[in-house]
Amino acid sequence: MSINIQFFASLRELLGKQQTSLDYSDGLDVAAVWQQASNGAPMPDNTLCAINMEYVKPDATVNDGDEVAFFPPVTGG
Amino acid sequence: MPAILLDKKFNPWDEIQRYQDEHLQSGHFGATASFVGTMRDFNINESVSHMTLEHYPAMTQHFLDNLCDRCSEKFELNDTLIVHRFGEIMPGEPIVLTVAWSAHRAQAFDACRYLMEELKARAPFWKKEVTDEGERWVHNDQ
Repeated sequence: MSINIQFFASLRELLGKQQTSLDYSDGLDVAAVWQQASNGAPMPDNTLCAINMEYVKPDATVNDGDEVAFFPPVTGG
Repeated sequence: MPAILLDKKFNPWDEIQRYQDEHLQSGHFGATASFVGTMRDFNINESVSHMTLEHYPAMTQHFLDNLCDRCSEKFELNDTLIVHRFGEIMPGEPIVLTVAWSAHRAQAFDACRYLMEELKARAPFWKKEVTDEGERWVHNDQ
């Protein structure tokens, strides 16, 4: 299994990719997922994170098969 | 209490009428409060020719469906409706519609505002405007 990672809006443009995946390993949190998936690029201030469509903080634990998403502050409506 | 995501222009008044005719019982509600957000042709003192509204499809639908549920738990309502565009949008076109039906006006007004404020604060959409100077992501500080 693996972790599916999604980037949206300005973060998609910043990293040049919408989607990637990582092999799962024990003890992974959202911040570590960002670090690996972004090839070490720093996470911009105010980045929002979600696991399986629910907002989480960067220290949230990731489980095998999860979808992790990163995006900037929202501007709908 | 659905949330509907559309990639084409919609008429908010038709949506209200259609949903009300199909899902609400005449005489059971006494107040209908609605909010319609439309695209301006200006922002930060610049003219805007059009914009693209990006979203995170699965999470956006999940968030808005949950928002309707939370709203119905928080207020005394007959029903709620949210319609939101995504994709390319032109000035003057509706972007969002929120509606709350209740027995009395206070609950309808409050619920309609709650839907809109929660949506603005947390629903995963991102606006990118096109101006004479090029494209730019919109920052939500208004």
